[in-house]
Amino acid sequence: MLTPALPAYGATGSYSSAPIRPFLIAPLAPTCYKLKNRVQAGCASKPERDGCVASALQAGVQPSRLPEFAVKEIQVPMSAGPPLEMDSLFGDYPLDQAFDEMRERGGEVRPHYRALAETLASLPPEELQRRKQSADLSFLTQGITFTVYGRDEGTERIFPYDLLPRLITAKEWDCIERGLTQRITALNMFLRDVYSDAKILNDRVIPRELVYSCKHYRRQMRGLQVPRNVYISVVGSDLLRLNTGEFVVLEDNLRVPSGVSYMLTNRRVMKRTFPQLFHSYGVRPIEHYPQLLLGTLRSLAPEGRPEPNIVLLTPGVYNSAYFEHTYLARQMGIDLVEGRDLVTHDNIVYMRTTDGLRRVDVIYRRVDDDFSDPLIFRPDSSLGCGGLFNAYRAGNVTVTNAFGTGLADDKAVYAYVPDMIRYYLNEDAILPNVKTFLLGEDKQRQHVLANLDKLVVKAVGESGGYGMLIGPQSTARQREEFARQIEANPRNYIAQPTLDFSRAPCLIGNHLEPRHVDLRPYVLFGDKVNIVPGGLTRVALEKGSLVVNSSQGGGSKDTWILEQ
Amino acid sequence: MLSRVADSLYWMSRYLERAENTVRQLDVTMSLMLDTGGASAETRWQWMTAALGKPAGLEWNGDMDAMARTLVFDSLNHASVTFCVNGARENARQVREEISSEQWQRLNRLYHQMHSPHTQTQFRSNINDALASVVDGIHLFKGVSDTTMIHGQGWQFIRLGRYLERAYATATLLEVYQPDLFQTHEREHSGYQYLELVGLLRCCTSFEAYCQVYTADLVADRILEFLLLNEDFPHAIRYCVDGIRDAIESIQRLGGRRPPEELIAVIGRLHAMLGYTTIGEILAGDTAAFLHKIREQCMCIHGLIYRYYVHYSIQSALAV
Repeated sequence: MLTPALPAYGATGSYSSAPIRPFLIAPLAPTCYKLKNRVQAGCASKPERDGCVASALQAGVQPSRLPEFAVKEIQVPMSAGPPLEMDSLFGDYPLDQAFDEMRERGGEVRPHYRALAETLASLPPEELQRRKQSADLSFLTQGITFTVYGRDEGTERIFPYDLLPRLITAKEWDCIERGLTQRITALNMFLRDVYSDAKILNDRVIPRELVYSCKHYRRQMRGLQVPRNVYISVVGSDLLRLNTGEFVVLEDNLRVPSGVSYMLTNRRVMKRTFPQLFHSYGVRPIEHYPQLLLGTLRSLAPEGRPEPNIVLLTPGVYNSAYFEHTYLARQMGIDLVEGRDLVTHDNIVYMRTTDGLRRVDVIYRRVDDDFSDPLIFRPDSSLGCGGLFNAYRAGNVTVTNAFGTGLADDKAVYAYVPDMIRYYLNEDAILPNVKTFLLGEDKQRQHVLANLDKLVVKAVGESGGYGMLIGPQSTARQREEFARQIEANPRNYIAQPTLDFSRAPCLIGNHLEPRHVDLRPYVLFGDKVNIVPGGLTRVALEKGSLVVNSSQGGGSKDTWILEQ
Repeated sequence: MLSRVADSLYWMSRYLERAENTVRQLDVTMSLMLDTGGASAETRWQWMTAALGKPAGLEWNGDMDAMARTLVFDSLNHASVTFCVNGARENARQVREEISSEQWQRLNRLYHQMHSPHTQTQFRSNINDALASVVDGIHLFKGVSDTTMIHGQGWQFIRLGRYLERAYATATLLEVYQPDLFQTHEREHSGYQYLELVGLLRCCTSFEAYCQVYTADLVADRILEFLLLNEDFPHAIRYCVDGIRDAIESIQRLGGRRPPEELIAVIGRLHAMLGYTTIGEILAGDTAAFLHKIREQCMCIHGLIYRYYVHYSIQSALAV
């Protein structure tokens, strides 16, 4: 029928789309049936299609009864004015040194963005607004929200988003995919190594003191055998595109990366907002992510548990990503548990159910190390479950990601990832790093302190855009404050050049304006590395802003990875 | 299902039932106050608060408008409608993944309705409409609960909460009104007494249902019989107890674990008490004690549900 084939039930799940009611879709005009088949087979020519559409319209067929490709094409002549009113669309759209995702330096639209630009130009402004409103409503009613810490009122907010998709070509994606696979494999080997023989430290590739001074290093993990040797099974790495057009890795999130639910819900809303455009672009699907995640978790179950009981452990309703936890649990059909639902006895983890205690085999943990087990980690936290770590150590339950993985996404350890890749895989990094100054080294620190106004300084263990100084946008007082903190604890900070990373067009009012974007693809690692073709493109919605974190006023975009 | 989830669903349901009961009683009391004969406004208010369990902060102070406002909107008063709706929503929010989107949206809408300035303005100008729209919201929620949620253990816990709360509230109501209404055995009523009886029935939305069974001939002992012993009317205590029994049986069937003898015994006793006693016997004996006993048994059932499904000890669970 007219609707593009929907993924099997379970992939998008019961929560996702309203049931399709085929009888409500207008039947195709008879003349179009034959043609539709040929279009699908890819052998109908453009004039043939046009002819069909024209004759159908002449015969008084309602546009709603035409096949999808036809509807798209008759929209163009319906719009007022010349077919491509690009100038008004790009009202105030400065191009400078930064890479623009949509336009080349000269101003012309990149080939893969052309269809999007044409569609935008052909839509009357009020139609664009209407679609924007209907997408807004869709986010609202689904309650797609996140919580901002440190504010009293309105702590629950709709995740801001931009209506236009970000497009990535198959070639670009191929490079990202290979690069991430290589990187995650090496990082995992690094964790395995550091928590067992520590060869890489003995060979002096990475300084010992850097690893052992990391606050996310967990000595409890020494010598512990994790299932399949997989430490990091759910990863979200942040990529940027520099003005050369190449992607670099800004940071790895190896603890509890979030945002995947926004990737999935963005896609659902975008499919409804630009159905024809989506269809004509040939976008690779991402909807099977929950299923892949479930498969990954299942593959890590302790041995001898063929039907593992898998749960998602959440810190609870006040966590900023609670929506995501409920969303994923529902999409995977597993129980969402809090620490107070779990008890351990004889090194076995159980959950309290109305039918008594039920053994838990795999825990997809969305609680930080520190809060997971008051007996081993922070004793003042009741978010986790006492005894969990010992059960884990005994091999009776799999907890993923493993404890202590924060070591490998420490921003100072990050500087050594290309060396790790060379050491473990004997390859060069496909995705390069951003130049990073380690403040523990005197020479580098002096350079950084002299150039604070040009650099970005970050605390090594923080995430979410907290604990950061952006040199060019900072005040002298802020710089002094950071300089003092750096002198006091140099190991705790790193510095990077202020990056002029790429910008993508966003719909601001009625026209397009460029905004800085990053890209966070989601990597799963169970029996092998799996990356769904997509990711969360985060946007710094404020003009000129370089911070894309949702906790700092960033928004998101749907990311379309094209088949070709 | 997780004990915590069952607990949240159970309380979500109890809170909404409680909110509905409070709204209805307030509505009836306010309209009875319009008639000048019969009991004074103060007496009526005291009856009502007694039927609501004598909540603190709602003692008679002469300012009817302010008291009604407290009972509906004061989110700090544990008896207020707003407090109950907040409680229901907070419970639902904690188990967002277990209830349907429709349920969540309805409850969310009700919550926002309680907090909107519009409702407060409406309350000032037309209290009946304002109260009716709150009840509408609760009814819509119950409707989508029954039609959009899988009728598994979670749904059964929702039923359990609803019936237990209702049985308890009806028993309390009858206990409060019983001394004044049922001890006079006159068949003739003045107009005021008639209004009084209609009010009692309307507190349980049972006026029309009563008329279908007994005609509009309102007699105190028949009303008592109807609200206590009818097996087909959803607000009658016997119906609620049957509902509780049915829900517990379904929970056992769905989960596979047999409920403890103790729980079965308490529910069975209550069921027998209401199923095999005639109204004549109840009136001949100590009616107040009978009603009080129902309340005690309800509390006992609540305690056992907690002890068995929610806060059980690990030792007892491991021993099974």
